[in-house]
Amino acid sequence: MSERFAEAAGSTDGSVVRSTVEAVFREEHGRLLAALARRFGDLDLAEEVASEAIAAALAHWPTDGVPPNPGAWLMTTARRKAVDRLRRDRVHAARLAVLQLEMRAELDRAGPAAGAGASADTPGDTAGDLPDERLQLFFTCAHPALPAEDRTALTLRCLAGLTTPEVARAFLVPVETMAKRITRAKKKIREARIPFRVPDSDELPQRLPGVLQVIYSIFTEGYAASSGPGLQRLALAEEAIRLARILRRLMPADREAAGLLALMLLTHARRAARTGPDGEPLLLDVQDRGRWDRAMIEEGSRLVVTALTGGPPSAYAVEAAIAALHDEAPTFAATDWPQIVALYDVLLTMTPSPVVALNRAVAVAMRDGPQAGLVLLDGLAGEPQLRGHHPYAAARADLLARLGRVTEAASAYQRALELAGTEPERAHLRRRLRDLGTPETTPTT
Amino acid sequence: MKYMLLIHAAATDAPESAVETTVEEWMAYDKTVKDAGIYVSGESLADLVTATTVRVDAAGERIITDGPFAEAREVLGGFYVIDVPDLDAALDWAARCPGARAGTIVVRPVAQF
Repeated sequence: MSERFAEAAGSTDGSVVRSTVEAVFREEHGRLLAALARRFGDLDLAEEVASEAIAAALAHWPTDGVPPNPGAWLMTTARRKAVDRLRRDRVHAARLAVLQLEMRAELDRAGPAAGAGASADTPGDTAGDLPDERLQLFFTCAHPALPAEDRTALTLRCLAGLTTPEVARAFLVPVETMAKRITRAKKKIREARIPFRVPDSDELPQRLPGVLQVIYSIFTEGYAASSGPGLQRLALAEEAIRLARILRRLMPADREAAGLLALMLLTHARRAARTGPDGEPLLLDVQDRGRWDRAMIEEGSRLVVTALTGGPPSAYAVEAAIAALHDEAPTFAATDWPQIVALYDVLLTMTPSPVVALNRAVAVAMRDGPQAGLVLLDGLAGEPQLRGHHPYAAARADLLARLGRVTEAASAYQRALELAGTEPERAHLRRRLRDLGTPETTPTT
Repeated sequence: MKYMLLIHAAATDAPESAVETTVEEWMAYDKTVKDAGIYVSGESLADLVTATTVRVDAAGERIITDGPFAEAREVLGGFYVIDVPDLDAALDWAARCPGARAGTIVVRPVAQF
């Protein structure tokens, strides 16, 4: 860790350097925040003093040099700031006492000589390196006692290190709305005393899916933005991958976390080929496979093996395996469709949902022909979840078009056009409709 | 930290699909709470038909009515106040309460001043 700090703080020429420093601290911010939050049981206080400690480091290190133990320096500085703050606020007398006792105990452990030598100018030189307590923070941010939307916002704020305006932009809500949401969530954590702890092994299977769900929802929002002009918000998908990498480092033995990271890498590997020159979505059949990210595919494929080995696989691992088969196929036609159908069968038993059944039907159409796929799709027509789902209408339209049933295909494309949320998606559907050779009958915006 | 567990039971005239709990289960739970050293207080409330509502209006007049007999599907049937380290511990005790199967338990931290 020291090397990264030295590199970041050592050079002093302008804004580029500053952004390097900030990038290093963005990662460190999460670690510091997690350690402080666990001690104080208060995210607000932890956030304030973590930011102040980092500001102090940014001010001092480029001139004074990076201390030998940067993590401990940050921690000690942050705790001093917390003591100052709590002194001003008598309500927190009890917490202040605990904090001071803790700091004294640590000085005692470091030995009398070190204790005597520690002054305000050399904070933390004697303490050990900062323990990584981010896993605790992951579980707090994704606690089931918080509303689902707040869990995602808090995770982006506290663990990805995004600012509140950045989180607001990610959710396409006004900054004030997001600030209120985050404040409310932090208040509940503090006042209801939601703990900063990793659940016990018997409780973990119930709680881990919540943490993974938060990360995956950040990813899917970035991958297929539900609304707005752009189809992909790549930055958000990359934040999700970064969070999954942190989680994977914190829980190296967990195969479900490995499966989630694999799924995201194997999907994100196609990002450059997913959209055409005008921002329109390109489906797997027409993507330029040469533009797929081979390194990311390899990393994801290795992780899939880990995620699938040594016990029953998670749904993420099965989805990742499907993505891997697509990524490794030389062409759309040469994809291993029988294997993909088989994996969808497994997935359907684990997470039965009409959307999974829809994807399976599309794979069956590739394996057995469009008529077989269409029969399955029409069998799903009564599913309420698919009634407003434009990919369902579009998939039906595609199969009808392949069967030469042009009029029915046109009306299915029309239906998809009415339901599609983003402009690039609508443009894509209009193009498919034009390719049919029938005029668009209803004007769309 | 003190938490109140508000035990909401299905109303007595609710459909029979409601899960039945036995006196023995409640007694066993009560004993576990007390043996764990977390018990602060707790009461079981008499049937809702015995309830009376009081309100004092702007003129200082007492308005006393029978009830409430809200159409709510669940009614407050009792409570515990327990003293445990954090919300996870409180939620765990709530989940173990027989009332969590027969109805719902609302966990509320007691305000600290």
